[in-house]
Amino acid sequence: MDIHEYQAKKILSGFGVTIPRGGIVYSPENAENKARELGGSKWVVKAQVHSGARGKAGGIVVCNTVLEVAQAADKLLGKKLITNQTGPEGKIINRVYIEEATDIKKELYLGLVFDRSSESIMVVASTEGGMSVEEISKKKPETIIRSKIEVAVGMQKFQAREIAFGLKIEPKLIARAADTIIGCYRAFSELDATMVEVNPLVISNQEQILALDCKMSFDNNALFRRNQVSELRDKSQENPNEVYASDRGLNYVSLEGNIGNIINGAGLAMASMDMIKLAGGEPANFLDVGGGATPEKIVKAFKLISMDEKVKVILVNIFAGINRCDWVAEGIVQALQKIEIKVPIVIRLAGTNVDKGNKILKESKINYIEANTLEDAANKAVKALGK
Amino acid sequence: MSVLIDKKTKIIIQGFTGKMGSFHADEMIKYGSNVVGGVTPGKGGTKHLNLPVFNTVKEAVKSTGATASILFVPPAFAADSAMEAADAGIKTCVAIVDGIPSHDMIKIKRYMRRYSKTDKMTLIGPNCAGVISPGKSMLGIMPGHIYKEGKVGIIGRSGTLGYEAAQQLKNLNIGVSTSVGIGGDPINGSSFKDILEKFEEDNETDAVLMIGEIGGPQEVAAGKFAKENMKKPVIAYIAGLTAPKGRVMGHAGAIVSAYGESAVEKVELLKECGVIISKNPSVMGETVKSALNK
Repeated sequence: MDIHEYQAKKILSGFGVTIPRGGIVYSPENAENKARELGGSKWVVKAQVHSGARGKAGGIVVCNTVLEVAQAADKLLGKKLITNQTGPEGKIINRVYIEEATDIKKELYLGLVFDRSSESIMVVASTEGGMSVEEISKKKPETIIRSKIEVAVGMQKFQAREIAFGLKIEPKLIARAADTIIGCYRAFSELDATMVEVNPLVISNQEQILALDCKMSFDNNALFRRNQVSELRDKSQENPNEVYASDRGLNYVSLEGNIGNIINGAGLAMASMDMIKLAGGEPANFLDVGGGATPEKIVKAFKLISMDEKVKVILVNIFAGINRCDWVAEGIVQALQKIEIKVPIVIRLAGTNVDKGNKILKESKINYIEANTLEDAANKAVKALGK
Repeated sequence: MSVLIDKKTKIIIQGFTGKMGSFHADEMIKYGSNVVGGVTPGKGGTKHLNLPVFNTVKEAVKSTGATASILFVPPAFAADSAMEAADAGIKTCVAIVDGIPSHDMIKIKRYMRRYSKTDKMTLIGPNCAGVISPGKSMLGIMPGHIYKEGKVGIIGRSGTLGYEAAQQLKNLNIGVSTSVGIGGDPINGSSFKDILEKFEEDNETDAVLMIGEIGGPQEVAAGKFAKENMKKPVIAYIAGLTAPKGRVMGHAGAIVSAYGESAVEKVELLKECGVIISKNPSVMGETVKSALNK
């Protein structure tokens, strides 16, 4: 799960990381008031959307008067911000963050991620802040510092100091920098995060070390024990069909193509999508109804796919194990009695009691195209597009 | 022979008396697995499915001599149960459950570092279908009848895609020595490489089919291992050609976040290691067949 910049900042400040003063607002009037309250003579108005690269997309505006702050907020609120990470549909700006401007002396990069090869937490840092980590590794790979943290004992002071010295931070600020790095590590480890990125981490002319922008993502599997994190979810930043699916226990990812999929199991779903592609089609979605493929889940899946206007053909591929094909077939028949589907449906059943399952489908009144293998199903789905 | 489990392997069920535990214990017993009892804290001393229930894994091991266990406990308690199994001397533990936090998985793996290589438990999963040595024993939730007894080892992340492979093999009259589901999570108990090592040593496995997917470094690490250490042919299919970068595709671990993690890149890297590639998921069986005939 992703959260907004201002939420991540608030979390990190609770772990001893210094952040610039600021506040969240929902209207231009409040933006102006917030700027007055913060005082000073320069502010930054920041669109809060779940995406990086907001600056380049016009989502971050530096203002010199409170009037400019109000104008910037007015321009951003209610609009969709399209960045190179949001896709062409963009993401809605429902709140903006008003922050005092920081007098930047140096910009650094600090990130923490899970390292899947060593199965530990990896800190990645660089003296070249402000660029994305992909850009840094292309343009200035020699500046990248990596430090593997043994999770059983946590990050040690010396490790944080080594990173800080590697970032060429001057000696009198090292202790402060080390505390900042350890604060980020503790937030990662104590809140079940999967990513913490402070970019840039800045040293100001007043010799403060500040998290100027940050991003945090969390392990969905651990949200049950992190209420303070799960309540930060902002569904307005997610694809509406994906929200509908996740609220109903379906694994769904919306894609660009026009062949809708209903499949049991994530691996089989990816494999079926591969077959569609090889047959010359494009999948409209990834949808895993779960290995068990219960009739309730199948009804929900048909409903979800019928909400997607891109879909011109639906491919159902269920490999039934303990849940027998006859049971799955009954689920499909029930679903199609409840939900009207106007596009062709290709159904491939496999596994336990496949003959019984196919017989139930045939004897029902439903209109569908029967397929026998993965390949057959994909070919028939692509062919049905042309009709 | 087979790997991890055979006809004699004594099995206990952790979370025995729950709905899932009861149902699958029954399926395993019907298949012929040597289930000797189960553990549900607080219900020790009672009987369930005509088998003894114990309060702790230690008691169960002491009383039955069990060496394998399977977990049917909710995600929040799964790490605790896996560590309990490791501490009680269980040799193979399968975690079926989907939804264990990654930080908990790391904790389990760190905990198991206290044991020497010979005493260390092999953890399979989580988020997997388990292990089956066809005709001998099933320690999982798969439909046993789709597996034919034979000499091909299967290692896969996905349950149903693994079934698809087993069925393709069966249709070609090819059997399986053992099929191991390592699960779809980013951090898992055993990797592709860990299981490849076991298959290379197993004298009743002639070839190994590896069913991978996008995300993480494990498939390529296994390919490198195969190149340097294996004589048996390794066949692989990698799912997720159409998966967009940075999106989680159902399995928590199926996300492309770095170079070498997409399906196309993994296939290229595996080819360089001499792994035989199944071009699409429809020809996994045929690709294994032609590799066996070489």
